Amino acid sequence: MDFNLTQEQTQFADALRRWVEKDYGFEQRKQIIESAEGISDKAWGGLAELGALALPVPEEQGGFNGSAIDMLVIMQELGRGIVIEPYFATVMGAEFLKKSGKHADVLEQIAGGEVKLANALGERQSRHELFDIATTASKNGDGFVLNGSKTVVLHGAQADKLIVSARSSGAQRDTNGISLFIVDANAVGVSRRDYRTIDGYRAADISFSNVQVGADALLSAVDGGWELLDAVADYGVTLLCAESIGIMEAITAATLDYLKTRQQFGVPIGKFQVLQHRMAEMFMEMEQARSMATLAAVKIASDDVEERRRTVSAAKVRIGQAAKYIGQQAVQLHGGMGVTNELPVAHMFKRLTTIELTLGDTDHHLARFVAQPGFKSAA
Amino acid sequence: MDLNYTAEDLAFRDQVRTYLEANLPQDLQQKVLNHKRLSREDFVRWHKILAKQGWVATGWPAEYGGTGWTATQRHIFEEECARAGTPAILPFGVNMVAPVIMAFGNQAQKDYYLPRILSCEDWWCQGYSEPGSGSDLASLKTRAERDGDHYIVNGQKTWTTLAQHADMIFCLVRTDTGVRKQEGISFLLIDMKTPGITVRPIIMLDEEHEVNEVFFDNVKVPVENLIGEENKGWTYAKYLLGHERTNIAAVGRAKRELQFLKRIAAKHQKNGLPLIDDAVYASKVASLEVELMALEITVLRVISQDSGRPGPEASLLKIKGTEIQQRLTELMVEAVGPYGLPFDPAFLEGATEHSIVGDDDAAPLAPYYFNFRKTSIYGGSNEIQKNIITQMILGL
Ligand SMILES: Cc1cc2nc3c(=O)[nH]c(=O)nc-3n(C[C@H](O)[C@H](O)[C@H](O)COP(=O)(O)OP(=O)(O)OC[C@H]3O[C@@H](n4cnc5c(N)ncnc54)[C@H](O)[C@@H]3O)c2cc1C
Repeated sequence: MDFNLTQEQTQFADALRRWVEKDYGFEQRKQIIESAEGISDKAWGGLAELGALALPVPEEQGGFNGSAIDMLVIMQELGRGIVIEPYFATVMGAEFLKKSGKHADVLEQIAGGEVKLANALGERQSRHELFDIATTASKNGDGFVLNGSKTVVLHGAQADKLIVSARSSGAQRDTNGISLFIVDANAVGVSRRDYRTIDGYRAADISFSNVQVGADALLSAVDGGWELLDAVADYGVTLLCAESIGIMEAITAATLDYLKTRQQFGVPIGKFQVLQHRMAEMFMEMEQARSMATLAAVKIASDDVEERRRTVSAAKVRIGQAAKYIGQQAVQLHGGMGVTNELPVAHMFKRLTTIELTLGDTDHHLARFVAQPGFKSAA
Repeated sequence: MDLNYTAEDLAFRDQVRTYLEANLPQDLQQKVLNHKRLSREDFVRWHKILAKQGWVATGWPAEYGGTGWTATQRHIFEEECARAGTPAILPFGVNMVAPVIMAFGNQAQKDYYLPRILSCEDWWCQGYSEPGSGSDLASLKTRAERDGDHYIVNGQKTWTTLAQHADMIFCLVRTDTGVRKQEGISFLLIDMKTPGITVRPIIMLDEEHEVNEVFFDNVKVPVENLIGEENKGWTYAKYLLGHERTNIAAVGRAKRELQFLKRIAAKHQKNGLPLIDDAVYASKVASLEVELMALEITVLRVISQDSGRPGPEASLLKIKGTEIQQRLTELMVEAVGPYGLPFDPAFLEGATEHSIVGDDDAAPLAPYYFNFRKTSIYGGSNEIQKNIITQMILGL
């Protein structure tokens, strides 16, 4: 067994960390949050230059064909810096294209930093169940007409293209009858309402009113999109798990540092045993979480779909639990400082909280873990 | 043993309920019930309505204009207010500085300040904490030096809740540096309009302006604004801490929020069914409800033993109360799933009628959750409360 990163991966992580420190400091980040766009072209250019955008893209499209472990490295660093650019949305979108084997041109543009994607999957009623789809795709000649609306689409208004799940047949909660499309974000009939999220990100509500797409927009078999949707959502979960690890490392380090420097009653507060034990718990939570993020990153490539689902859900569960504990305790141990918006710790806590609500919360994934056939029989 | 209210208690409750139904303005009620942000005007308006009825100072003796209610009546009143969704009566004047003025102030101070507190003419804030002195309050450094018939105050306070609205601040200041740290502290009342005072906002996790830093640069305070004796401030401060005992657990509000939680859990769906019908989620809500039931009875037990002196059991009520409130907000955010993400300050401030994504119940919940992390930190952190329990009750 080998848990070490390759030399290339380590170098990549170092380069990314230096970039975050130099070009994506807390002040710069704050300005981006407050800007009208909510994202930074300069930062996007920086990510492209570093190769972060080309990494997941296949070699044929000018990328490096990076593995999920490579992505783990990137997401951890972006988490550490609480980078709010639409990287996660774009890379998850790219995975749809990669798996579908279509739209090589878009993948090429992603690698070059020219295109951003967003994933319009969730709906008003769907909560964490991505198969719960009311948006319709009706056949129209060679192509389709899309109608419906999607909600809380991360970076939905900053994206050039949208990956959209729609129902081409079946009842609202069937896994059969789902089709996946790539749609130009500015296509006639698409309207997007951009807003901020609590963690400083952007999201959008998007509606599709008689949006005409050609046959080439289809990313899955007609009615057969669920397997693809489920697989890419799992990929998205592994990215979020990795991001969480980076945030947890940073927030734990900041808290440890605070315990060593903050003086009350004439001693650093880290001298109080109750806080020492709390810090020890945080450390253990983080290590357990890190193991699960690693496991998920390895198993995401598994051809055994049940194994993939089981592991990814287990990772989201364990990391969700760790993130909640670590986030809340980091704030608590910072005392009054922890509840102000002025410290990175506060923003890390908020991001950990929103990740929990993204692509399935702890209960959702616990239920999914239980639902895998192996749960009852596994020895 | 009888765990029911007496007939008189019940009659009192009906009287309060009827009054609140008739006098609580609907717009204020809606703001509170819907977790919106309250303005200075909102607080003052409700304070003045209650003042007209003589119900602002539920803990004061009748001779100063208080209600003279029993501890049980106060509890019932607080519970009814919470149930109805009234704004809070801010504690800084009524429940913090007033008892100190009553117990240790001179006649002139009582005559001047107490009526103004009752009528909300003065908005008070609390100047205890400093950047270097939080849990270890006695280490505070803000200095007050005697200069004829004035004190000259220099230093900095922090975390001062709603100081941006305040007319007056009560401060702990150091008047003697040569003695044990608890023995050189005095209790000063300072007019916020005095030259040399600067208030700088601190923005909280939920991006609300709720606390401030307050800077004192050669601020001249008349000697008659000293409470009691010089260097005896720590005694007065200790008297004040935990003075307001019954409502510290906020059981009434937690009961209301539990109903709210169940309502949104019935509205939001999981797997095509109401979330509240999901066994896993329901069990979390049920555990919390059981914990709240226990706390309510603990509060009532504490009240029934009330000798009028605040005791260390207030710490237990604070810890359990804040844990329950924080868990409630956690489950609220969980209930709304992805709708916890959108952030809509205009809606929270009441500038727009509906939230951006249209789920008006959900929109304030993540900010509410983040805001409530403060409750286990302020007023003596929960760790400090546990230290009090281990030392004062358990003798460890
Ligand atoms: C929203 C808000 C409003 C406030 N409003 C006011 C106000 O109006 N006026 C005012 O004067 N103050 C106010 N405060 C200040 C509040 O009282 C302090 O924040 C609180 O006492 C904690 O102090 P600290 O923030 O300096 O944390 P610290 O004392 O630095 O504590 C940091 C951490 O160490 C822990 N710790 C410290 N000492 C010990 C110990 N001996 N044993 C174990 N653990 C320990 C704490 O529990 C905490 O987890 C407010 C605070 C907040 C957050």
